[in-house]
Amino acid sequence: MTNRKRLSSTQTPSQSRDEDDDPTFTQPSTSQVQRGLERLSTAQVDQRAAEVVQYILMKDQKKVPVRRTDLVKHVVKDYRNIYPEIMKRAARSFDQVFGLKLVEIDTKNHMYILINKLEYTEAASSISSPTNPKRALLFVILSVVFMKGGVVRENLIWNTLKKLRVDPGEKHEEFGDVKKLVTDEFVRQRYLEYVRIPHTEPIEYEFHWGQRADAEVSRAKILQFMGQLHEQDPQSWTQQYREAHSSPSSAQPSTSSQR
Amino acid sequence: MTSVQLAVASGQSGQMSRQMGDNHRRFLQTMMSIGIVDDHGAKALYQHCCETHNVQCPPDRLDDFIETINSKLQPLFMQIRKGMSEDNGQEHYALVNMAQTDVTRMSSDYADNELELFKKTLELIVGSENGTVSSTDILNSTDSMTTKKLKKSETEHLLSRLVHDKWLNETKGEYTLSTRCIIEMEPYIRTMYQDQVSVCHICHTIVFQCQICENPICGIKIHNPCVARYFKGRAEPRCPACNDFWPHEIPEIRRPRSQSRR
Repeated sequence: MTNRKRLSSTQTPSQSRDEDDDPTFTQPSTSQVQRGLERLSTAQVDQRAAEVVQYILMKDQKKVPVRRTDLVKHVVKDYRNIYPEIMKRAARSFDQVFGLKLVEIDTKNHMYILINKLEYTEAASSISSPTNPKRALLFVILSVVFMKGGVVRENLIWNTLKKLRVDPGEKHEEFGDVKKLVTDEFVRQRYLEYVRIPHTEPIEYEFHWGQRADAEVSRAKILQFMGQLHEQDPQSWTQQYREAHSSPSSAQPSTSSQR
Repeated sequence: MTSVQLAVASGQSGQMSRQMGDNHRRFLQTMMSIGIVDDHGAKALYQHCCETHNVQCPPDRLDDFIETINSKLQPLFMQIRKGMSEDNGQEHYALVNMAQTDVTRMSSDYADNELELFKKTLELIVGSENGTVSSTDILNSTDSMTTKKLKKSETEHLLSRLVHDKWLNETKGEYTLSTRCIIEMEPYIRTMYQDQVSVCHICHTIVFQCQICENPICGIKIHNPCVARYFKGRAEPRCPACNDFWPHEIPEIRRPRSQSRR
């Protein structure tokens, strides 16, 4: 098995944090890319792009963002001089074959995630049920945060969940450790941000929407859902309604890798 | 990019006959999250995906539909491959990674020593006569591990994870390879264990759980569901290879429940 390790050999199940492994990587210039491409066949470039696709898909199964340093170190390797071209082809495959959009969520640290371009349907998800209850829980939390203006103290979330008989202090039969799921898994997946409120004693935290939620979850849908729940016209929440419908950018990531 | 390369690149996507639509993409996305689906599930999913995107779905065109997906997946070293369940003979579709058909495919989910134990389990199953291995034998095989040795409780936990992740099946402490594992790892198993691997005399695919002809110079293997189909309605079962009497109990053809999944 050793000689065929290709994509993920150095990745152990626990995430390796090797921040400073590749400090020298700089985005190659257009002319560098062009010169690099002249020396390679289309098949060679496509092959490496396909490996990038596989690597990102594997990471995405756990909804963990992919860091450019890892991508270059483990997959792109000696093709780093044509990195932009490789990413362009990978993004094209994600779009055309998988219906996914490759998005750079963090332009400083260069992290990528995949966003689903197809609308979520209940029936398809019932076939792939394992993720479903978690998604419902997440939806509740995102709704609360959105309705409260984008920021919410953690206590409010825990109290809301308790009313739904999901007690963060107890082991839940579906979610296990609820607090860990919400403050660790959802945060790692970039659905939520869990931020310490400065200068509080004792220490307090608050929730924001994460970058993945910004890109993947429609605020208009949430408002519609709240309207149904409270038998109220979504437009009666004027501020939320404006936010959900004013900026199409609210459902779009700020930067795209498809340059 | 030079103009020549541009021409080449655009020429590749010029085969308009097999274009993927959002119905194909949705099918593929679901396959990515479930890994494997039986033929009933696949048909239901095919129908759902087409209805969601307002595309016609003739019921008998599932394989064409999947072929369209495969034509775009193959350049990415992936494929939706068909295979039979050794338990009930039902057809299944699995999303397969062809870049890594060996156990490194699982390396994102399992540690090195866990992979070593899985490989040992695979070896025990391939080396067994009828494709099963007991939990006791697996536990004993940890003695010869070269990576960090797994404790008994860790091994038991690992085995239940492997069952949960659909790599192994378990009944009463006996482990067999899951349908997904066989479909996905068949090329690897065939190369790694050339001398030990057998092929079903009836359907000619790789065989683990089976009945074996007792004639020592024959010894062919047949999948249980293939046995059931082949001998159905025959008064005196005889080996299709050597014509000796077939001494085993002929299983019933099992009609899989329409909702069954594995």
